Amino acid sequence: MNTLDLVDAASLKSDIPDFRPGDTLKVHVKVVEGNRSRIQLFQGVVIRRQGGGVRETFTVRKVSFGVGVERTFPVHTPIVEKIELVTRGDVRRAKLYYLRDLRGKKAKIREKRDNVAK
Amino acid sequence: MSTNFTGLLGEKLGMTQVWDENNKVVPVTVVKAGPCVVTQVKTPESDGYSSVQIAFGAIDPRKVNKPASGHFAKAGVTPRRHLVELRTPAATEFTLGQEIAVDHFEVGQTIDVVGTTKGKGFAGTMKRHGFSGVSASHGAHRNHRKPGSIGACATPGRVFKGVRMAGHMGHVRKTVQNLTIHSIDVENGLILIKGAIPGPKGYIVLVRTSAKGA
Repeated sequence: MNTLDLVDAASLKSDIPDFRPGDTLKVHVKVVEGNRSRIQLFQGVVIRRQGGGVRETFTVRKVSFGVGVERTFPVHTPIVEKIELVTRGDVRRAKLYYLRDLRGKKAKIREKRDNVAK
Repeated sequence: MSTNFTGLLGEKLGMTQVWDENNKVVPVTVVKAGPCVVTQVKTPESDGYSSVQIAFGAIDPRKVNKPASGHFAKAGVTPRRHLVELRTPAATEFTLGQEIAVDHFEVGQTIDVVGTTKGKGFAGTMKRHGFSGVSASHGAHRNHRKPGSIGACATPGRVFKGVRMAGHMGHVRKTVQNLTIHSIDVENGLILIKGAIPGPKGYIVLVRTSAKGA
């Protein structure tokens, strides 16, 4: 379709689960320390997914010891070993920046109930 | 001078990103280069200097005039659309009619890329030369993007030559030196060059061994 699809196809991953903003993810990140590498887990809520194709990125937010932490990953980056979908969230926006101003119970996202949606 | 000199004409396809072996994102420009053919080898004995002429791109042979088609026939190749001459002492390493493809380059090699920059049309001094313009307020009157003063008064009583003013910008030949080849796709004739190169997509660019060496 596009001219450079041929080049990008080599970088694209096929094992990405279908996730969207509001979902809670476990991101398995490869961390290299010196000459050995290990897997680090980053679990949080997806607050944004932007871009397309090989450039697409998503941002995961979690609250760690009372401090909000956000990490943005390219969807197809090789440092992410695996993306695990924990829960699906019921949200009405594509960008959940309002979560940054909320804390405690208010910052919780309702889980999507599939039988209700259908 | 390096003995493995080579050059190729190609089409700029556009930019994208790939990951390197350290999992870092590398911005790359994709060039569909070659295959080119050698149409003339100039030597100091015959021409007074040493160079190699290469040709690229398909063209309907009916569109080629007699002198040009004779030139291609002499090299024993079908007519091509684009011709370029590369000055190099290593010209004798090339033979007439020889085909050059992307596998003449190697990954990690430094190259120069020559292209025609994007045309910007008639551009003002702020865009063309990076002038600061005039304040948005403080009594500025309809002169926000003007250059300001272009010279003194009765002495010299004229505007000096070479004062930077508005005018046509872009669409000029430009060389970017010392770019790195990130990878080569021999099958499809693609070169992935780290960084940006001049010109819009679809324009013809010349990729050659860097003049200033590795």
